[in-house]
Amino acid sequence: MSDGATRTDLEQWVRAFAQQVDDNKDLLTELDAAIGDADHGANMDRGLKAVLVALEQDQPATPPALFNKVGMTLVSTVGGASGPLYGTLFLRFGGAIGDEEPVSPARFAAALRAGLDGVVARGKAEPGDKTMYDALAPALAALDAALSDGAGWDVALQRASSAAESGRDATIEMLARKGRASYLGERSIGHQDPGATSAALLVAAAYAALRDCA
Amino acid sequence: MKKLINAPEDVVTDALLGIEAAHPELSVDHAHKVIYRADGPHTGKVGIISGGGSGHEPLHGGFVGLGMLDAACAGEIFTSPVPDQMLAATKLVDGGAGVLHVVKNYTGDVMNFEMAAELAAAETGANVVSVVTDDDVAVQDSTWTAGRRGVGVTVLLEKIAGAAAEQGRPLEQVAGVARSVNANGRSMGLALTSCTVPAVGKPTFELGDDEMELGVGIHGEPGRERRSLASAKECASLLVEPILADLPYKKDDAVICFVNGLGGTPLIELYVLYNEVATILSNHGVQVARSLVGSYITSLDMAGASVTLLRLDDELLKLWDAPVRTPALRWGI
Repeated sequence: MSDGATRTDLEQWVRAFAQQVDDNKDLLTELDAAIGDADHGANMDRGLKAVLVALEQDQPATPPALFNKVGMTLVSTVGGASGPLYGTLFLRFGGAIGDEEPVSPARFAAALRAGLDGVVARGKAEPGDKTMYDALAPALAALDAALSDGAGWDVALQRASSAAESGRDATIEMLARKGRASYLGERSIGHQDPGATSAALLVAAAYAALRDCA
Repeated sequence: MKKLINAPEDVVTDALLGIEAAHPELSVDHAHKVIYRADGPHTGKVGIISGGGSGHEPLHGGFVGLGMLDAACAGEIFTSPVPDQMLAATKLVDGGAGVLHVVKNYTGDVMNFEMAAELAAAETGANVVSVVTDDDVAVQDSTWTAGRRGVGVTVLLEKIAGAAAEQGRPLEQVAGVARSVNANGRSMGLALTSCTVPAVGKPTFELGDDEMELGVGIHGEPGRERRSLASAKECASLLVEPILADLPYKKDDAVICFVNGLGGTPLIELYVLYNEVATILSNHGVQVARSLVGSYITSLDMAGASVTLLRLDDELLKLWDAPVRTPALRWGI
């Protein structure tokens, strides 16, 4: 396990996330129309397109600089709750990932944990509130478990992604307690959470971009 | 979708150009989408900024001017502005006496204003105090939700706190007045139709010809309950009774009665509703000291209305009556 992810690999993760959001932006907006305000797809897509432009203009040299740029760009361009939440996730990820390359899967998992802690601090979400946390927390748990079983990038991220998708699907039956969906009370039940859906795309993008890091 | 626009993605930008062209007393920072008083900042005066998603006009940009806001940040349609915008606005209006942020209680708005206040403190050392409005009684179980939404009270608060700032009061006092407005105000709204977000192109939710949605917010988010369409008299009761019971408002309380259109309802219907609301208040012995009728906090083209009551003391009444000169509210000058 001496090898790992380079800055370029990590940038591919961000680019894959941007692509997945672009491919699914209508779905994200449709899910948001049911229990929110019908803008999650458009907002995330606008923010991630801005990230791609920012990365073209100026290539950050290190993983922390890369994620600092991604986070600040999202905070400045997404708006809503998703801007501060995804922005904080990437900023904290960047603060924890370290300069050293290549990045081991354990360091990646620890940085993602720091990102999730940032999301919780900013959004005060708890398990079962029907938010992005409900996709990310199971993904992190699966990632940690797989790594302590000795799994490499491929298997660990595959399990993380599948846990994120199960977590996302589990939001359908949840009663929303955060964000605009919470105003619906019981009527939020039966709808998949758009934030958990985009969060599952983030983990799926990690699997797609980093699975071949040996 | 039929809308008087050039392109869905240019609506906010084009509207800001229009505001600048129509109101020479206002300036616009187009890069940050901030509308601000051209004659500011005012040395020694507390600056007041607000902001939120676009689509609620005239809130907030239409309330920039003497006796009300110093600047307003325009987000994308129904999307909170980003911290860079509130940071820019804070710098533009800081006359050395500190800056009040007026924030409607929505998850995104609260988070973005929080980040902006952190950035302002770090970058400029500006003294920022935030006041959050959360007056919507339609959100009942607020301990289990993101809390009550900030709706109609925001308009009244911006007017009253603006007057306090114009008198040269210090930041803590202006914030205190603002908190008092929020504490004494309650609102509730209903929709007869959905609204259509330009970038989406179709109504956010479907509502039958014989249906209405009770307890809606201002972003096309569905309300708490769907009911059969009712008369204005019945609607007034559905809106006012929960408001009265909530604070509660009592016999002989003096109030501002604010009947607000959500964008697609004509003024004549708002007056029909106002009459029913006033009758209910009179039956309860609640004294209407001042009224405001019109579309001031809207939800794009949504048909429907909201009612806001604000319990007044002499101080709040004096501040309400103080001169104001903005595109959307203007008296005493």
